Amino acid sequence: MAINFIHPEFEIIREEKRCIKCRACERQCANEVHSYDQEFDCMESDESKCVDCQRCVSLCPTRALKIRKTDNRYRENANWQQQAMEEIFRQADTGGVLLSSMGTPKDYPNYWDKILINASQVTNPPIDPLREPMETKVFLGKKLNKLEFDENGELLSEIPPQIELEMPIMFSAMSYGSISENAHKSLARAATELGTCYNTGEGGLNQDLYKYGANTIVQVASGRFGVHKDYLNAGAAIEIKMGQGAKPGIGGHLPGRKILEKVSRTRMIPVGVDAISPAPHHDIYSIEDLRQLIFSLKEATNYEKPVIVKIAAVHNVAAIASGIARSGADIIAIDGFRGGTGAAPTRIRDNVGIPIELALAAVDQRLRDEKIRNDVSIVIGGSIRSSADVVKAIALGADAVYIGTAALLALGCHLCRTCHTGKCNWGIATQREDLVKRLNPDIGAKRLANLVSAWNHEIMEMMGGMGINSIEALKGNRLMLRGIGMSAKELEIFGISHAGE
Amino acid sequence: MLKKEGEIRIPSGCAISGIINRSGQCSINGSEIVKSISYMHDRSNGLGGGFAGYGIYPEYADQYAFHVFYDDMSAREETERYLDRTFEMVNLSRIPTRKHPRIKNEPQIWRYFVNPIFTVLQEDQDEIDEKKFIVETVFYINTYIKGAYIFSSGKNMGVFKAVGFPEDVGEFYRLEEYDGYSWTAHGRYPTNTPGWWGGAHPFALLDYSIVHNGEISSYDANRRFIEMFDYKCTLQTDTEVITYIIDYLNRKQGLNFEDIAKIIAAPFWEEIERLPEAEAKRIKLFRNTFASLLITGPFSIILGFDGGLMALNDRLKLRSMVVGEKDNIVYLASEECAIRGICPDIENVWAPQGGEPIIIRVGK
Amino acid sequence: MKRVYVNEEWCLGCHLCEIQCAFANSGEADMVKAFNNSEQKPLARITVEDGENDIHFAVSCRHCETPYCVKGCITGALTVNENGIVQIDDTRCVGCRTCILMCPYGCLTVGHNKTLLKCELCVENLGGEPSCVRRCPNNAIVFEDRDGGLL
Repeated sequence: MAINFIHPEFEIIREEKRCIKCRACERQCANEVHSYDQEFDCMESDESKCVDCQRCVSLCPTRALKIRKTDNRYRENANWQQQAMEEIFRQADTGGVLLSSMGTPKDYPNYWDKILINASQVTNPPIDPLREPMETKVFLGKKLNKLEFDENGELLSEIPPQIELEMPIMFSAMSYGSISENAHKSLARAATELGTCYNTGEGGLNQDLYKYGANTIVQVASGRFGVHKDYLNAGAAIEIKMGQGAKPGIGGHLPGRKILEKVSRTRMIPVGVDAISPAPHHDIYSIEDLRQLIFSLKEATNYEKPVIVKIAAVHNVAAIASGIARSGADIIAIDGFRGGTGAAPTRIRDNVGIPIELALAAVDQRLRDEKIRNDVSIVIGGSIRSSADVVKAIALGADAVYIGTAALLALGCHLCRTCHTGKCNWGIATQREDLVKRLNPDIGAKRLANLVSAWNHEIMEMMGGMGINSIEALKGNRLMLRGIGMSAKELEIFGISHAGE
Repeated sequence: MLKKEGEIRIPSGCAISGIINRSGQCSINGSEIVKSISYMHDRSNGLGGGFAGYGIYPEYADQYAFHVFYDDMSAREETERYLDRTFEMVNLSRIPTRKHPRIKNEPQIWRYFVNPIFTVLQEDQDEIDEKKFIVETVFYINTYIKGAYIFSSGKNMGVFKAVGFPEDVGEFYRLEEYDGYSWTAHGRYPTNTPGWWGGAHPFALLDYSIVHNGEISSYDANRRFIEMFDYKCTLQTDTEVITYIIDYLNRKQGLNFEDIAKIIAAPFWEEIERLPEAEAKRIKLFRNTFASLLITGPFSIILGFDGGLMALNDRLKLRSMVVGEKDNIVYLASEECAIRGICPDIENVWAPQGGEPIIIRVGK
Repeated sequence: MKRVYVNEEWCLGCHLCEIQCAFANSGEADMVKAFNNSEQKPLARITVEDGENDIHFAVSCRHCETPYCVKGCITGALTVNENGIVQIDDTRCVGCRTCILMCPYGCLTVGHNKTLLKCELCVENLGGEPSCVRRCPNNAIVFEDRDGGLL
C-alpha cells in the first residue's frame, strides 16, 4: 500500500481516569473508531476514522471524551494552507472529484452579521408581546391586485391559492433518502404542530406521511422521483426545484446503497439503483418551458395549489426571479450559497453562487421596480441561523424563510459534514436501520417545535421593540435595518443606510 | 448641515384637531379651528403648523385649487410655463397673508384655480382620467422643478401651512377670512428638522388631506409597497405615505372609507376569527390582498375628503383622540381641551377605540 | 400503577441504562467513583438483551400484579408494598434463587453479596423517575401508567 500522506484530522482525548469502560462510545460509533481492549481492560480509538460528529462525546456518561483538531501541522505556508494541501493529496490518491456535505465552511462575508435592527425609543412606544397581540401569520402566494365587488358592494374576489403559515419559518427541502424516515417524520409532525410546512425534497412522499399533507410542500425535481398525481395533490403546495444553493448548476446523486425497500417504493425506482437527478430538468431548457411545467402541475391539481419555483442564488438572480414571477409561479424560493446539502462537489459548494442576503435584496427590489412584487411571495434559505436572521430577511423583503441546517441541528446534527458517507451517527442522514432508529421522532418533533417556537417568540420580541405588531408591517421595511462595516456599494444593494446615519 | 425633509426621515409628535358641520353648510369660520388647536400649544414646538379647509372656495368650486410654495422667481416662472401648457388658468394670485412677528422666512406663496385641458385625441380615445392627470402634474412639479412645491391640489378646498406654531400660522394666513363646512388643523413637534414649509402638515393630494399625530413603525413597508403604484414618497413623512395609501385604496381601488379603515388599522386575526363568517371572509381578503398597507405603530389621523372627515387611531390606540358632538357640529381632537375650549357646552364626548373609524359625511 | 416499559423500536442497545441503573443504586455521588474507585463494579438491575438484526430490549422487573417471585420466596424477603412495587429486603434474602427460577421474564439477578438484585423503580435511591428512564437517550424506556389498557 502506498503511503497515506494525510494525518488524521482529529484527536480523541479520553481521560482515562474518568472512563468507566461502559463501551457506549464503541456501540454508538458507526465509523468504528472506538474499541475495547480486553487484555489491558481499556478503551482504544482509531482517530483516522473519526469525523468529529460528537455522538460519543454526547453519550459518554462520565464526560471522559473530547475530540479536538489535531495540532499536527505541515510547514506553515500562507498560500498553501493545510487544507489545500490535503485536498491535493486526496485527489492524487483517488483521482476523484472531492465531495462534501452541508453548507460551505469557508469564511465568506456573512451579511446577516453586518446588519443591525432598530428599536423604538421615546417618539413611539415599543410593544410588549406578552401584553399585546403580536401577529406572525403569513400567506404565501400570489396576491390580488384588484378586488372585484358586485353592485351591492359584496366581494366577488376570492383569495388565490396560497399557503397560510402561523409563522414565517418553514423547513426546507430535504429528501427521503438523503435523510431518514424518522427525520422526515420529525419534520412533518413539528410542522403540523407549529402550523407551518416542511418540504419533501425530491424523494417523493412516504405513504405514512400523507396524513401531514396540509403541512407538506411536495417537490418536483429534475429526477421526478416519486411524482404522481396523488403525490402532487397531497401537499399544501408544489415546489419545482430548479437549483440548490449548495450546488447551483449541479444535479443530485443518491447512491444505490441508500435505496432500500422503502425508499425505492417512495421514489418509484428499483432497490439498489443509483438515483440520479440531472443538472437541468430535461423538459426545461428555457423560461417558457418552465411556464409549461408550472401550468402542467396546476392543471394536475385543479389550480388549487400554489406553485413554488426554487432556484439557487446566482449572479443574475434578480433577472431570473423576474422571469419566474412572469411565468405563473406563485412563490419564488431562493437558496443562498451557504445552504446545506447531503452531498455536493466541494469545489462547487465552496465557489459557486452568491450569498442569500444580497440575492434577496436584489430580487425584492427588482420585483418592486417591475411592479410585480405582489404576483409572487419570496421565500429564502441558505444559512438562516437564528431568529435575528429571520427578522433581517423579512425586513429586507422576504415573505418567509426556509431553515434546513438549523432544523437538522435541532435533531442532533453536529455539522460533521459527512452526510455523503451514509453513516450518520445521529440517525439523520442515513438509511442504515440501526442508525435510523437513533432518531426517535417523538424527541425530534419536540425539539424542532421547541426551536421554531423559541425563534417565533424572539421574532415577536424584536418586532415589539420596533413598535411593529404584525409581521406584514416588517416585510420589506428596510428602514428598520442599518449596515455595519459595509461598503457604499453593499449598502446600495441592500437599500439600507449605514449605522449612525 | 441639517438635512431637509425628504432627504431624511424625521419622526415627530403632534396635535391634531378637526371640525365639521354635518349639514354641509359652510358655517365654520377659520378662526374657530385656529382657536381649537391653540389650546394644545404644548403639543407643538413651533416647527410646523397648518390647516385644511373644505368648502372655502365656493366661487371656484369646479376648479382645482393649486397652492404652491416657490423658493424663487425662476421656480415660479418655470412652474407657470409648465402649467400653462395643459391648464386653463381661471385665476391666479398670491395667497393673502399678514406680516407676523413669529412667522419668518416665508417663501412666495401662490394660488391657482385651474381647469385641465385635454387634447381631442385624448378625448376621442376615452383616455381621460382627470384625477390621475392632476396627480401626475403635482408629482412632476414637486419632483423635477427645483424650488417649487404644490402643497394643495383639490377642488373647493385648500391647505395653509408654515413653519411656526399653528395659531400663528392661522393668523398669518388670515384664516378668519374663510368659511368652510369642515376644517382640520395640525401642530407639529418634530424631533429634528431645519423647518421647511413644505414639510409642515396637513399633507394633501387632490381632495384628500391628512393631519396625523404619531410615528408609524410600518413606514418603509408601506412606502416600498405604495411606490409600486406610481407614487413617490419625496418627503419621507408618515402623513405623505398615509395620504397616498388612502388615495390608492379610495380612488384607484374604489374602496370606501369604512373598508379602508379595516385595511390600514386591520382587526387582529383573533378578532377576525370571532366575526360572523361573511365579515371574517371579507376582512381576511382585505388583509391578505393589502397586507403591506397595514399601518402599525402609533397614529391618530384626521382625513379630510370631499364631503367629510374620517378620524382613525392605530389598532392598539397608542395615540389619544377624542370626539365630541353638539347639534350639527362634530369635533375631533387629540385632547378634549381643544374641543371644550371652543364649545364649552359640548355633548357626547368619547374616545373611539383603536382601529375604530369615525366617519362623518355631510348631508347633501 | 406506573411501570417501566421498553419500546424496542427505539432501543439503540447503547446499554447506558445499565450504567445509570448501577450508578443510581451504588450509593456514590459520582459515577467515576462508583465504577473506578470500588473493588467491585456496581451491578445493574436492568439488562439490555441484544438480539439479531439490531433488536435490543432492556429488561427489568415488571412489578407484576401477581408476582410469582413473591409467591415463591421462601423467607418472605420479597414483598409487594402499598404502591404495588415488588421490593426485596436483602437482610432476609438467603440467596436461594427460587425467585429467579419463578420469574417468567428473566428480570432478576444476584448481587455481589449473593442476595437478590432487582429493580425497585429507584424509590430507594434517587426518588421520582427511575434513572434508566430519565437517562435513556432515545426515550426507549418510559415510565407510564398503562393499567386499564393493554399491559
